[in-house]
Amino acid sequence: MFDKILIANRGEIACRVMRTARRLGIRSVAVYSEADAGAMHVAMADEAFLIGPPPAAASYLNGAAILAAAKASGAEAIHPGYGFLSENAAFAEASAAAGIVFIGPPPAAIRAMGSKAEAKRLMEQAEVPLVPGYHGSGQSLAELQDAARRIGYPVLVKASAGGGGKGMRVVADPAALADAMAAARREAKTAFGDDTLLLERYLERPRHVEIQVFADGHGNAVYLFERDCSIQRRHQKVIEEAPAPGLADSVRRFMGEAAVAAARAVDYRGAGTVEFLYQDGQFFFIEMNTRLQVEHPVTELITGLDLVEWQLLVAAGRPLPLAQEQLTRHGHAFEVRLYAEDPAKDFLPAIGRLKHFRPPADSRHVRLDAGVREGDVVSVHYDPMIAKLIVWDDDRAAAVRRLRRALGDCELAGIATNLGFLSAVAEHPAFAAAEIDTGFIERHRAQLLPPPAPVPPLGLAFAALALLSWRGQEARRAAQSSADPHSPWHLTNGWRLNDDNRHDFHFVDGGERRPVVVHFRPDGWRLDLPDGPLTARHAQLDGSRLAAELNGERRSATVVRDGSQLTILHAGHVWQLTLDDPSLRSGADDDVDTRLAAPMPGTVVQVQVKAGQTVTRGQPLIVVEAMKMEHTIVAPADGTIAAVHFRTGDPVSEGQELLSFEAS
Amino acid sequence: MSVLKSLVDTRSEEFQKNSRVMEGLVADLRGVVAAVKEGGGGAMRERHLARGKLLPRERIRRLLDVGSPFLELSQLAAWGMYTGDVASAGIITGVGTIAGQECMIVANDGTVKGGSYYPLTVKKHLRAQEIARENKLPCVYLVESGGANLPNQDEVFPDRDHFGRIFYNQALMSAEGIPQISVVHGSCTAGGAYIPAMSDEAVIVKGQGTIFLGGPPLVKAATGEVVTAEDLGGAEVHCRISGVTDHYAHDDGHALAIARRIVGNLNRTKPVSLALAPPEEPLYDPREIYGIIPADPRKPYDVREVIARLVDGSRFDEFKQTYGTTLVTGFAHLWGYPIGIVANNGILFSESAEKGAHFVQLCSQRGIPLVFLQNITGFMVGRKYEAGGIAKNGAKMVTAVACAKVPRFTLIIGGSFGAGNYGMCGRAYQPRFLWMWPCGRVSVMGGEQAANVLAQIKKDAMAAKGESWAAADEEAFKAPIRQQYETQGHPYYAGARLWDDGLIDPAETRTVLALGLSASLNAPIEPTRFGVFRM
Repeated sequence: MFDKILIANRGEIACRVMRTARRLGIRSVAVYSEADAGAMHVAMADEAFLIGPPPAAASYLNGAAILAAAKASGAEAIHPGYGFLSENAAFAEASAAAGIVFIGPPPAAIRAMGSKAEAKRLMEQAEVPLVPGYHGSGQSLAELQDAARRIGYPVLVKASAGGGGKGMRVVADPAALADAMAAARREAKTAFGDDTLLLERYLERPRHVEIQVFADGHGNAVYLFERDCSIQRRHQKVIEEAPAPGLADSVRRFMGEAAVAAARAVDYRGAGTVEFLYQDGQFFFIEMNTRLQVEHPVTELITGLDLVEWQLLVAAGRPLPLAQEQLTRHGHAFEVRLYAEDPAKDFLPAIGRLKHFRPPADSRHVRLDAGVREGDVVSVHYDPMIAKLIVWDDDRAAAVRRLRRALGDCELAGIATNLGFLSAVAEHPAFAAAEIDTGFIERHRAQLLPPPAPVPPLGLAFAALALLSWRGQEARRAAQSSADPHSPWHLTNGWRLNDDNRHDFHFVDGGERRPVVVHFRPDGWRLDLPDGPLTARHAQLDGSRLAAELNGERRSATVVRDGSQLTILHAGHVWQLTLDDPSLRSGADDDVDTRLAAPMPGTVVQVQVKAGQTVTRGQPLIVVEAMKMEHTIVAPADGTIAAVHFRTGDPVSEGQELLSFEAS
Repeated sequence: MSVLKSLVDTRSEEFQKNSRVMEGLVADLRGVVAAVKEGGGGAMRERHLARGKLLPRERIRRLLDVGSPFLELSQLAAWGMYTGDVASAGIITGVGTIAGQECMIVANDGTVKGGSYYPLTVKKHLRAQEIARENKLPCVYLVESGGANLPNQDEVFPDRDHFGRIFYNQALMSAEGIPQISVVHGSCTAGGAYIPAMSDEAVIVKGQGTIFLGGPPLVKAATGEVVTAEDLGGAEVHCRISGVTDHYAHDDGHALAIARRIVGNLNRTKPVSLALAPPEEPLYDPREIYGIIPADPRKPYDVREVIARLVDGSRFDEFKQTYGTTLVTGFAHLWGYPIGIVANNGILFSESAEKGAHFVQLCSQRGIPLVFLQNITGFMVGRKYEAGGIAKNGAKMVTAVACAKVPRFTLIIGGSFGAGNYGMCGRAYQPRFLWMWPCGRVSVMGGEQAANVLAQIKKDAMAAKGESWAAADEEAFKAPIRQQYETQGHPYYAGARLWDDGLIDPAETRTVLALGLSASLNAPIEPTRFGVFRM
């Protein structure tokens, strides 16, 4: 076994590999880009090497720099994780040439599976089932009709040169084939200048079922059962599970054996995944991924094995620890991928600081593979995955319960995440009923991605109570450091002489004003909310955890504040509010002077904008020379130049307006 | 320390009756306060809001720290005076915290007669400044005023304690390091222009605040120049050209946020020289004061029952408990602050006056704030007492009280008549704050007493002429005198004329006193030098 390995990756997978290495007493070396100097994987490693600037091409894809780091550190092997260089045959070869073990399959296997056509050819030879199709040169109606009959209806008619759905038709009825072909040909001709068609079996509700395989250098190859990754959004896996629900043991065995055959066909070594499309007991090869998959933890949880440990063993030349008949599975596992992305903005990656991150606690049933910590920044440079949440229980129904609970307990704030979307999927009855296929998300889109709803009254109440509690804490802190620590002036109960009192919080929710009036009461507050009054008592705020008695019911939430932004997390809901408080405005915004005047008498030496031009705040507009000094007039805010009153060389006197500016 | 043991039976019929009477008085007070808080009333408020302005009380709320107490002063100012609708004399004053610092807030109410200064508006403004100066509280003026009320100019402009005194105070306070800050929310015309101009820092709201010595009508009359208010003295003019104001605000809310930042940068600390203790609630509920104060003011009660409901842990260490027993003196803590209490428990005799003078000297020597609980019909009269030197002994107490430099707080909890008012630190003796319970009465003597005295004089004159006076006639003579004293001695009458700093609910006395005590500690406690005590 190795003494020291280098992990050529970042984020959760780098951390996950290091955890196994640490358990096995192996020292780990991290590599990092300039953007990741403070990242979690760097902090976890025994040693870490800077390999380049933030762009991946210059750092995590920079094989030469990584090998140099490996040599300098004395690492004996490189674990590539997934993505980046994990399926790069040239890097695997370069590692070997440098005398460093590449923890992965042989380069030839990577190459073979990297080419789709080559992979399919090899699979056909190994008798691994492919999606039935016709790719022949004979294009007559009779030939295609014959082929369609062999493939079986419904068939998909596709332009051979095509893509993007152009020239594509689904034909369920043999009688309709001729018309569909004609239409597809016309479209293909127009779009691609080539009207050659191909046919494929059309799968109406396919599932994505993949087999985890493992092979060693001693001729052993096994499968570690399957994973079902059917819950996908635009080919991005969202939720993965193991085992695949409703899969017959016989089919499981066939698929497993087919996958092992596939691995053997390319002389595979290490961990690999053979992906299939599955429908109605039939399965068809898609591709083989020659690396550890993102979703490998679900396999780990049902088999009780550590796949990274197996990878290290195999790479160190040891045989697989278990034979096929020794492999067992128990229970059901789910994995969800927590991403910094905004479902409301078509899942656009979100960047920013993870102000608050409190995942559910690790347990027998819950595992969290995270790559970032609270306070870390999710940058624009890399995949915005925050963590993988994996749950396990004895059966699927129990595991679904665990998943829902774990998602409900997961607290994230500061950046937009897909947490709410994941909860919506997990809560969906069709998901619980295992009615899943790759069309699941599109089919249930309306329920899974509802239009943004206003923050409910309860959310407004939590926000107001958190603000009041913070204010109370702030006053208590101020009291402690004051010369008059017990003064009643430190009270925050809004006391008024001979009268009651209130405070108005001005919240903004998606552009709508949502005021909350809080009436101070001797034992708490009464809140005026859109659905009526609410009596709040015994509010306690511990960090960001708020608990209070609301109309006689003890309720709690997490409220995270970032300047004027409030994120309220309650029972799996994520509510965002902005506090409209002029005290929070930055001083620089106070006096936006839209009149751009000469600061003193002088001469215009440079005009850098034209009338009508849009400018951004701080952009230089015009330069005036006076008293042998150049004064640059900059845009005071984002806006438009309405007019330029002077040209280069013009003299100006103090206070004369140089340009007309309209702030946007 | 010794703990007071209450002997009050809270279930007695009398206690219940007393409670109901006091509840009625407090409810009436709250009703009156609720009415004056409406300022100029519905239409004026609507007009104000329609212009995008905040109402003055909302301005104060936003200026203060969220949830800050606000110790409002003289809510009943001008109550029942002038045209009857100059609510709170058109100006809201009080102490609250901004960025953790206690400040004096003076806010014109533009919905009340355009915020113009009636005689009592001036008096209230000056009283707020006096409190600020004595207690070294930074002043924040929220200005929106048309200036002096012209029909009343003779009572507003010329005298020492008239309009000009406001700016005199600003200059002197600034010189003494007491920050003067203005927020110009509306017009500041003529004399009013000096409020921001005399301030250390000033904020003005664009399109809303204006400052000029002469407004557009006056300018037109004087020179024929036609100019808008905004062009004459708006935010643009004063923040960019004249430099009269220092901060440009987009609206009321923004202006108040700037004012908060200004206070946040003042760099002030409190020079606390008291040995503070953690506060403790009294053993007895302060609300029980309602049942203790007799509905009939002629009935005596033990003032220690009140003290037991004001001070920490109901602990009270009496001084000279068995001497001069009609005056109760002793040490206690209130909200953790050490205090000396001087409380009436009957008419003042020579011994009680001497005891009072002695105790006031003790507190002054030790730098302990004094709290006076006034319930006094006066000093004892009669040959024996005059011969015993009650005048010089009373004078000793008055001298001691007048000279004491420790913070003094006066609470009128019952009658405040005659020379008793002086010895017990009445208004003329300039306590830091003077509050009154709704059952209190202030006058030179009680109504019954005055009627009897006047009737006796008349009777004597008639007797000298050999005339007799029928009982019915005598009663007809006395009734209007009693009525006059009842009206003029009433706390609302006193509050309207600023003879006090406010009427307070007896159950809230502890809070009010603690707020006042704490605020007073912003000024260092000076050593006292006493005048000649006539021995």
